[in-house]
This record gives sequence, C-alpha cells and structure tokens, in this order.
Amino acid sequence: MKLVFERSRPGRRAGSLPRYGLPKADVPAELRRRTPPRLPEISEPELVRHFTALADRTFGVDTGFYPLGSCTMKHNPRVNERVVSLPGFRDLHPLQDEEGAQGALELMWRLQEILAEVCGLDAVSLQPAAGSQGELTGLMLMRAYFADRGEAEQRRVVITADTAHGTNPASVAMSGYELRKVETDDRGNLDLDDLRAKVDERTAGLMLTNPSTLGLFDEHIEEVAAIFHDAGALLYYDGANLNAVCGISRPGDMGFDIVHVNLHKTFSQPHGGGGPGGGPVVVREPLEPFLPVPAVVRDGDAFGLDYDRPKSIGKVRGFTGPFGVFVRSYAYIRSYGPGLREMSEVAVLNANYLLAKLRDVYDLPFDRLCMHEFVLSARNLKREHGITALDVAKRLMDHGFHPPTIYFPLIVPEALMIEPTETEPKETLDAFAAALRAIAKEAARDPQVVKGAPHHRPVRRLDEVKAAKRAVVKYGFDEHPDLSRTPSEGEALEAQKGA
Amino acid sequence: MSFLSLTPDDRQAMLEAVGVGSVEELFRDVPEAVRLGRELALEPALSEPEIVAHLSELAARNADTTRELSFLGAGIYDHYVPAVVDAVLARGEFLTAYTPYQPEMSQGVLQAIFEYQTAICELTGMDVSNASGYDGTTVAADACFVARHATGRSKVVLCETLNPQVRQVVKTYAPGFGLEIVEIPHRDGVADVDELRSACTDAACAIFQQPNFFGCLEPAPDLAAAANEAGALAVAHVDPVSLGVLEAPGAYGCALAIGEGQGAGNYQSYGGPHYGFIAARSELIRRMPGRIVGETTDLAGERGYVLTLQTREQHIRREKATSNITTNQTLLALAGLVHLSWLGPQGLRELGETCMSLGEYAKERIDLPLVFPETATFKEFAVRVGRNAQEVVRAARERGVHPGYALGRDYPGLDDAVLVAVTEKRTPADIDRLAAVLGEVAA
Repeated sequence: MKLVFERSRPGRRAGSLPRYGLPKADVPAELRRRTPPRLPEISEPELVRHFTALADRTFGVDTGFYPLGSCTMKHNPRVNERVVSLPGFRDLHPLQDEEGAQGALELMWRLQEILAEVCGLDAVSLQPAAGSQGELTGLMLMRAYFADRGEAEQRRVVITADTAHGTNPASVAMSGYELRKVETDDRGNLDLDDLRAKVDERTAGLMLTNPSTLGLFDEHIEEVAAIFHDAGALLYYDGANLNAVCGISRPGDMGFDIVHVNLHKTFSQPHGGGGPGGGPVVVREPLEPFLPVPAVVRDGDAFGLDYDRPKSIGKVRGFTGPFGVFVRSYAYIRSYGPGLREMSEVAVLNANYLLAKLRDVYDLPFDRLCMHEFVLSARNLKREHGITALDVAKRLMDHGFHPPTIYFPLIVPEALMIEPTETEPKETLDAFAAALRAIAKEAARDPQVVKGAPHHRPVRRLDEVKAAKRAVVKYGFDEHPDLSRTPSEGEALEAQKGA
Repeated sequence: MSFLSLTPDDRQAMLEAVGVGSVEELFRDVPEAVRLGRELALEPALSEPEIVAHLSELAARNADTTRELSFLGAGIYDHYVPAVVDAVLARGEFLTAYTPYQPEMSQGVLQAIFEYQTAICELTGMDVSNASGYDGTTVAADACFVARHATGRSKVVLCETLNPQVRQVVKTYAPGFGLEIVEIPHRDGVADVDELRSACTDAACAIFQQPNFFGCLEPAPDLAAAANEAGALAVAHVDPVSLGVLEAPGAYGCALAIGEGQGAGNYQSYGGPHYGFIAARSELIRRMPGRIVGETTDLAGERGYVLTLQTREQHIRREKATSNITTNQTLLALAGLVHLSWLGPQGLRELGETCMSLGEYAKERIDLPLVFPETATFKEFAVRVGRNAQEVVRAARERGVHPGYALGRDYPGLDDAVLVAVTEKRTPADIDRLAAVLGEVAA
C-alpha cells in the first residue's frame, strides 16, 4: 500500500489552528528554516483511512493469539485506557507543584508499596523507562553500592546465564562491567559447579531470570544465592518472567537483592507495537540510598518528591518515569488484589496444558513441568524434513496465530519459545496445538507448502538480507529507489558505504 | 476475575491432561523455603466501576492544565493533541501488538515506523532515524555513546543551557560508558562559541539545545561549526514543534539531531510515557541504537518493511551491541507521526509562528524585566520576579494561574526567575490574566 507521503498532494491539510491576529514575530534570518520539511499534505478523511489501513495490516493481542515467548502478551483491560485518559492524569504537567499533584504522587507511592510486597523487597524507584533500562539502573546501583563500600575497583565482573536475554550482556557492557557466562546443566538449572568456579572476590553480582528463559524454575536457587552472598556479591533478578510467580515465590525470598519489573509484561501496560514499557527497580534496604532521584515519599497524609539523596546514582530518565504506564499497571493490580496469585497460577496451567498437547510432536529439550512458558525444538522436523523453526513460525501465520519467539534461548537449536499467558481460553490453546500438530504432519507430507509460508498474509516472506544490504530507512520522494529491481553495482557500493 | 477465561471444568480437564492433581502441584520445582506461603498483603480486589471511581478520585486531586491556567514548560508542553491521534492510538492492533519481529504479521506497524523515521529525517535534515528512544534525556546518552565509538574520544561537552535533566541523565550514564563530562556556562542565556570551540578539543561530541532550556535561540550554526572545527560531532537537541520555523540541524552541519518528541502528539501525562528521537547522518547508521525499519521486497517482488541492521542490536550482538534498548516508545512515536501528518508542512510552520507571536505578546504584556533581554526566543522566556520565584509561583497559583517553572532549583543564580511557556492553547486573554496576576504577586 502507499506511504502516507505518497498520498500527499500540495495544498491539502487536515489540521486547523487558532489565529489570534497578533503581529508576526520573525526568527532571526540566519536561524530561519529555508526548506520546509516534506511532511504529508493530506486531508483528515485520507489520514484516517491511511492509519486504519495500517492498523488492518497489524496483528495485536486484540486480533488473536500472540504466544510470543518472554513477552507476556496478555489481554490489556480497557478500563486501564479509560482511567489513564482522565484529565487529572493525562493533562498534568510533570513540574506541577507537589501540592497540585497529590493524586499522582499517591498513585505512584501506592504502586511502589505494591511492587515491594510482590517482590519481597524494601524500596522502589519507578523511574526506568523499560526492562532494559531497569537492568542498566540495577547494575548502576550495584556499582554505587560497591563504590560506597570501597570495593568498586575490586568487583568488576557480572555473571549472566547462557540462557539470558541479549539485554543482560548488553546492559553489563553498557554499565562498564566485565561479563562472565555460566552454563546450564542438563536439568535446565544453572550449573552449580561452573558457577562455583566462576564466582570469586572480583564478582559484583549475578543477573538471572527465574524462571529462566527456558520456562524452568531454578531448583537450586537457594544454593545459587548462597554462593553469591558468601562471596560478598549481589543478585539481580531480571523480572521478565515475573508473571509466573506472583504471590507464589518472591524474588526477595529467593535471595535476590535488586529486581526490575516489566510493567508492560506482568502488569498489562499494552505493548504498543514496541512500547512504551515501564521498568521499575525494587531493592533490598541497603541499596535504597542509591536509587534514582527524585524519590516519591509519604509524610503523613501528604506525598512528595525527595531530591535530597546524596548517594543516589542520579537520574536515568526525565521526571519520575512513564507515569501513564503506572496508572494502567496500578489499575490492573487493583483489579486482582491478592488474587494476583491466581493470575500466575493460570498462566502456568495454560503453559503446561499446551506443552502436554505438543510434547509428542516436537522435541522437548528439558523434560520437566514448565512455568509460564516452555521451549520446544523443531530440530526433529529439520533433521527429518528440512523444516526449520522459522518455517513453522511462518506457517502458523496461515492458521491465524502470531508465531512464538524463535531461535531463543540460544542454547536450544531451532527453538520455539511459547508463552500463552493466563488470559487465553482453553479453546484457543486447543486450536493452536492442533495447528502446530498439523504443521508437523505437513512437514512430512508437503514440506514445500511449509517452506513457502505464509500464503495468506498481506505480504509473502520478506527479504531481510536485501533490507540490510540496501538500508533504505526512509522515503526518498522523487529519488526513492525501486527495490524490486536488482541493484546495479554502483548502487550496491553506495549502499555499503555506511558499513 | 474478569480477565481470565478458564471455567472450573476447563481447569479440571487441563490438570488431568497435564497429569497433576492440583494447581499447587504445578509448582513442585519451587523449593519450599522460597515460597511465600501466605496471601499477598494487598488491598482487596476492586470491580471495574470501583476502579474508575478510585482513580477518578486520585485524578481529581491533581491540578491539571484543563483546570488551572498554566504556563509551565521547561521541556514538556501543553500543545493541542488532535482527535485523530486519540482515534489512531485507540486501534487495538497498534495498542496491543509488540515489536514487529515477524514482519508478515506486522506490515502496518512497520510501515508506520518507516513513515515516522521519514518524518523525523525531514524535520531534522538527517539521513537516518531510529524507531524512537525512551525520552529526550536518554537519547542524549545514546548520542554520546554513538559519538564515543565514532570518534574514539571520551570527552563530552554539554552546554549549561541544555535541559538540566538531560545533563543529569548523561552524567548518570557517563561512568559506565567511560565518558568525561565538561560543561560550559551560558553567557547572557546562550552558549559562547569560542568557549565551546576550546572545550571541544579532543571531545567526542558537543550537545547544545535549540531553542535552549531558557527558550533562547542559540547561535546554532556557529556552535555546530565550532564543534566540527575541533573534530567533535555536533549534536543538536531540538524541539520538533520549532522545526517549521527554525533551521534543521542537518542544514548547519550537525552529525546527530536528538530531542523530546512529547510536544508533537503526546499529552503531558505527568512526564511520560513520551518518545525521544535520535537521527544522524548516513555514515553513523551502523552505530545507531535501537530498532530501525528498512524497506525490502517479498518473494513476489512486492514492497514490504522489516526490522533491519539488526546486527547492531542486543538480541544478536549481545555484549557488543550499540545499546541494550528493546522495548522503545513506538505507540508514542506513532502519535507523533499522526500529529505531524495532521499539521503538514504549512500547519507546522503556522504552529511555530503562533507560539512565537504569543511569546512576543507575553513579553510585552508582562511588566517585568526579561532575564535575557538581548536574545530572541521561541515559545518560552525567563522573567525576573523580584523575589524568590517559588514563592511567586505559589502566590500566583493561589490566584488560579501557574506562571511557569522557577529556575532556581537548576540555576542557583536565577532564584528570582520564572520560565514562562506559551503554546497555541494559551490565548491573548490568558496571557493578559497571567500578566495581571504576576503584576500582583511579583515584587
């Protein structure tokens, strides 16, 4: 379909603005814009049709089943959208006096109290903008804590699991730490022998997801925590998989000292096609002085912002964080109350049920009960029929399902990482299992159909190599290239210059 | 529990299929010692009407800009958000999708991001934009990371006229990135070109803001030239709403353009979620942080869009990635695209002109000395109120007008200064009222 820029016609416009009849104020000539930006010139009816067409070509949780492992694609209750649109929240300026923002501050304070209870820890900062920024903030806290103890130079190493999300090692590098990886044992737990060999007086901490990205709860979590605490190091909990354990087991009780929570996963902030998110950090009491400023505090019946935190790491984002996300997550948690436990129980039940319906047709690398998600492997299909995890994913689209996460975690070849979430009905799980079973059969009988999938989407399989090589990352107007042609040698060279 | 879909019969059948007798048994791998063993100590569940009532009660205790005449700005602005923005963002497909890892499922959101990238490049005069950053502060830290690796240098020069929160965030990131921060003071509200040039010796980049935190117009082309002469990358932190009237950073030699997108398409929302943007010249494309959408073709030769250049990113490159960012701000960036499309080039220019005219009108009407009388401003300006500005703000609010941001918290010498912002939503009559109230409460 056309780009909004291709619908543009000179002289059209949608928006109207007030005219106050004031004298025109001139920008100094040397700072004045010479060439106007080529924004679309489009009428409102055309504008609405364009974005409606784009929405039609997008698949969300509202459209259908979206079992994207590790992303917790649950239903997003609409009441949350209603309350976040209240003018008292939506039109509140972040620099409003504390006296004029008591409702907002109370909401944040209440959310902090809830997250502390859910995580089994003591203090919260809501400021980080997303999970990966929560990770980075957590590592900065670790660094500040050890600097305060005079151990910053000594403790230079952070350990991650070989099953970790890519964000973990990336965050370690961005925070200036050295990375060490620990292996997974044949039950899917951290390998304790490998861990003991790698933890020493240079270790600052561990970053771990529990349950892991394999969807498995680490059966030795107490020993793991003891290994780090005995070495004077800290434990960081990547909250990506918190949806499995709310009200069942708390990171603080497992021995973790720092946690980040993904409000857009566990607590239903809609994922928005890629964001926004929220990544609050929750810590044990000795780490509280280092949390970002300002802190949201309570004094009797009044709520306020405390900037006077001399040991704070500083600010990681503007103001006090993505407030609209807090409104939605707070409303969500209040809908459940202590019943959050049932949310996690059903997430785990749904995952185990789906696993039970699939375990005989796809390889199961770790044969245990799973938590809120599980990882299968399509290596049997690849070995027998040349059908890969990617092929299975694309064929699922023709059945009307969003594919699971694929090729992750890295230690499982041809991985299919499936997270159904608690909000799906049994019928949907049955239909999805039937589709995956049908694809396995089809792989044997008619592999070319699977290899050519999808067949019923607005586009066929897309050429990602060409995209990376040509790197056309914006519309070029009159000079926009036609990528359906094979690039000439000159163009190919031009495209690679950025490399 | 209206968000769950299983009936009691479903649960029983499913437990049997799994081969366990109870839900409790599903958690047998969780060691006894780390189980909670009690109910979470949370307040009881609320029904949907009770949720709305409770949150409405909290919202009612906030003095938002529909209830109080406000001239607060300082980085977040009460611009008008068109109805089409709300309509598009309410579409469940956009609202409830995630990052488009599977492009055949997500052509709509991918194309929208491609269009957003195009709009940002058009606004800033740059060659490449990512799909969005968290906000206007974190994109500054991203720009420093890009500059550090592009130049091999570790010094970063920040103008004191750059938003204090942006500087604070860069300083928080600095130790991990191995950055050394140098700040240059302002002279009469703007950065001094010669001071910037000498500070840029051996620097990776210099970041200035246009219009700056005081609303003053910097000699931006001269600042960019000074940074370039010293071999540092020039980074402009810009307000998208200004770019219909102010020159694009790409037109005066900047290597990177960054900014807070909120003013284009997002509500104030007590500080977020909003979107930050980061755009660069083409030679920096493979150092850019975060998601980038590229055009390609499908098996049949039809045009389509995918996430591209992913070897920069954490899920492929892990500890060697250009950033750890995963979830970004796509929905807010989409709001920006819709707002900018609604305005078009003509509307954007008119919006900028209206804000400037209102600003000049306000300067005339307010009978108080300007802090920086010699410098042209856009949308925002600082006035001296003759006594502690926080007290003046308090007194003005008692009269129903929030006059703006008291600068003393960030600039100790400006304890008596208020930063006044005017958007197109403030009328001349509103400004007259502000002038009258300030006349009463200022010393």
